[in-house]
Amino acid sequence: MTDMMNERIPAEKFAFVQENEKLHDGELQTKARSFFADAMIRFGKNKSSVIAAWILLFLVLYAIFVPVFSQYTANDKDPMYVNYPPFSPFFSQFGFLNGARNMDSQNDRAMSIWKGIGIETGMDPIIRIRGTHETEEKKRGQMIKRYTYDLEVNAYYAMGIVYRNFSYADYQKLQDWQNETGIQVIYPYVDTEDIGGISDNPNIWFKMNSDGTALLDAEGNYIPAYSTRSDRAGAPYNSLRLAGDPGDWVYSTAKSGSVQCRILYYNYYIYLNGHEPSYLMGTNVMGLDLFTAIGLGARFSLIFAILVSAINLSIGAVYGSIQGYYGGAIDMTLDRICDILSGVPFVVVTTLFQLHLAQKVGVVVSFLFAFVLTGWIGMAALTRKQFYRFKGQEFVLAARTLGASDGRLMFKHIFPNAIGTIITSCALVIPGVISSETSMTYLGIVDLSTYAGTTIGTLLSQGNGAATTAPHAMLYPSIFLGLLMICFNLFGNGLRDAFNPTTRGTDD
Amino acid sequence: MVKYILQRMLYMIMVFFIITLMCFVLVRMLPLPVLPPDDPHTAVVLMRREALGYNEPYLAQFGLFLKNIFTNWDWGLSEKLYFGQNVWDIFVGKLPASMIVNLYSIIGSIPIGIGLGIFAALKKNTWIDYAISTLTMVVISVPSFVYAFLIQYIFCFKLQWFPFLMAGGTNYFTWKMFRSLIPPVMALSFGTIAGFARTTRAELTEVLTSEFMLLARTKGLTRTQATVSHALRNCFVVIVPAIFGEFIGILGGSLIIEGIFAIPGVGGLTLNAIKGLDYNIFMLSTCFYTAIGLAASLVVDVSYGFIDPRIRMGSKK
Repeated sequence: MTDMMNERIPAEKFAFVQENEKLHDGELQTKARSFFADAMIRFGKNKSSVIAAWILLFLVLYAIFVPVFSQYTANDKDPMYVNYPPFSPFFSQFGFLNGARNMDSQNDRAMSIWKGIGIETGMDPIIRIRGTHETEEKKRGQMIKRYTYDLEVNAYYAMGIVYRNFSYADYQKLQDWQNETGIQVIYPYVDTEDIGGISDNPNIWFKMNSDGTALLDAEGNYIPAYSTRSDRAGAPYNSLRLAGDPGDWVYSTAKSGSVQCRILYYNYYIYLNGHEPSYLMGTNVMGLDLFTAIGLGARFSLIFAILVSAINLSIGAVYGSIQGYYGGAIDMTLDRICDILSGVPFVVVTTLFQLHLAQKVGVVVSFLFAFVLTGWIGMAALTRKQFYRFKGQEFVLAARTLGASDGRLMFKHIFPNAIGTIITSCALVIPGVISSETSMTYLGIVDLSTYAGTTIGTLLSQGNGAATTAPHAMLYPSIFLGLLMICFNLFGNGLRDAFNPTTRGTDD
Repeated sequence: MVKYILQRMLYMIMVFFIITLMCFVLVRMLPLPVLPPDDPHTAVVLMRREALGYNEPYLAQFGLFLKNIFTNWDWGLSEKLYFGQNVWDIFVGKLPASMIVNLYSIIGSIPIGIGLGIFAALKKNTWIDYAISTLTMVVISVPSFVYAFLIQYIFCFKLQWFPFLMAGGTNYFTWKMFRSLIPPVMALSFGTIAGFARTTRAELTEVLTSEFMLLARTKGLTRTQATVSHALRNCFVVIVPAIFGEFIGILGGSLIIEGIFAIPGVGGLTLNAIKGLDYNIFMLSTCFYTAIGLAASLVVDVSYGFIDPRIRMGSKK
């Protein structure tokens, strides 16, 4: 060993590898990748976040475009189709979105009426019979079998005919519209005397047996009981006549200055709105189209949340920068202010702002103030932490030595290092704001419906009242909100992990 | 340590008084409810207002407010919802219902949450872990009234296992009452379970990969021994304060769940006071919630000091 260490190599044995050539680095074979591109690649590897991002995009597009292109607005509140199940005339041909609603224990009398609606209007409300129950009961000494049926009916067709009173002019207008389009709205009038004095069910138009079932003729058809008393007719009728009308059926009756008639509500809806009822997610207790209302509510929530996040971000960034940069007594003082503000419960803040400011600046703005009052604290803490991390580093010292002012050091040198963390945490702030906003509108502490049309929280609280009879009114807003929150959180987590690889996996 | 706790407590009390003062002034600035002109109580209420200093400067009013509380524990009378009744009595009457629901929820959900978290951390990166983590994520993201609806719809309406609303009366320990409490307890528990599962998993996975765990295994401990006596002890440094915080929080009830399941608790009372503009009840609720929030954070901070020797050392300096 020592021999080798001390071995002397004569100088002439050495030769230059290259004496006349220039030595330089080879060109980089791969493309340089920016931090942002690197983060995007990391984000792309996180499958659940990517899926969440696509769903989120879809939900945002839904919120933007559905209220714009929908045939309904927040003011279209149908008084009759209230809490009605999802229905679309197009898709109902294929057996779904068919306005199905279960009607249990329907006796023969009710079945006659259901069938009668189908025969009279041509819109058969019975989708299918889910079950038949047989009971025996004793009547006049004999055992009689009685049947009851569990039905699935199309709620929109099942409404059938309703009574309406019109002025003479409106009645004439409706007749003109019938002539123009060929759609029958006005059906022949039935005098209550002819149907045993029943005046509360406009869907009875046929002669009945004593037990209330339909009286059938020899061929098994219903026998119409339409009024022919022309002396009681309300107004001249010169429009479409129902098939089988011998010409003397009366279409309305006079009611103190107006005419009362039987109208098919489904077609009357077309007359009023210009299109068939088409509620892809049904209607709620206000008669609002949920498909549109969810879009409207979500649009408001998203805009509001982005606005709140942007304001909180700005305030928090400046506040946190000052705290973190100066430290010491300033930091202490500002921290005490944060402690006090964050100690006030959010419900109390919202309520007080509503009570004090809603009259002066409007509900939305005072709600926004409530969010801004305490919302920036988290952001400030985050910025402060980043400032503590960076303010002692050499590049800051170098800039200070060169005479940079405090403001320049803070916002030109230190803040850009913190911006990645701050922006990504914003993606997690937005769902938090949406969640609080929905809770407050759900509880009814803030009522935004006059400004925003409606909000998801309002829809949920409206749906809650009829949660058992019309679960769809609660279900669809819940699904939308749930998806939105889950996707925002997954997306936010993915973004944070992608930009901050060191914190990966600590919070999911 | 005692000095540290005292300091923190004094500081919390100061913060509490500042918040109370702010809210008090803001509430007193609101227009007072209009009293019926020909009601015999009107004169009484007006005299009471005079005695409470409604016509004096706000600070003087606040002084009177504090004086009444400290000398007679008098929080004022309800002027709207429970006309003429003592606010504190109403409030105390509502406390047991809130507490019992929350207590059941915490007793059930903390072990389940921690258990799920430990299980997920031990089976890290298997389908069990993914399933638990995904569920946790979903439950944390979705607001509680959405599950409240699902629970009501599925268990109370479709399956008819439980009644829709909490049973009436104040007998909290009957079977009927317990059964009617299950849906709200479930609705409250989901969030707590998910929160604890997430924290436990995150802490435990971090601890399990640290080097002292390797040492514990090398010196001959079995995996179970090492996990129980080394890993879990470390992750309880974070979990135990959170449990204390939860226990303080049981007093507060839940605004949303109490409304949905008709629980006659303080959350519902607060909500009604807000909607009915009953200022005295609202003021008491505000103080109460503020105090609970501050107390919870104080307990969490202090218990960190008790549990974590590193922090204990640090405070001696």
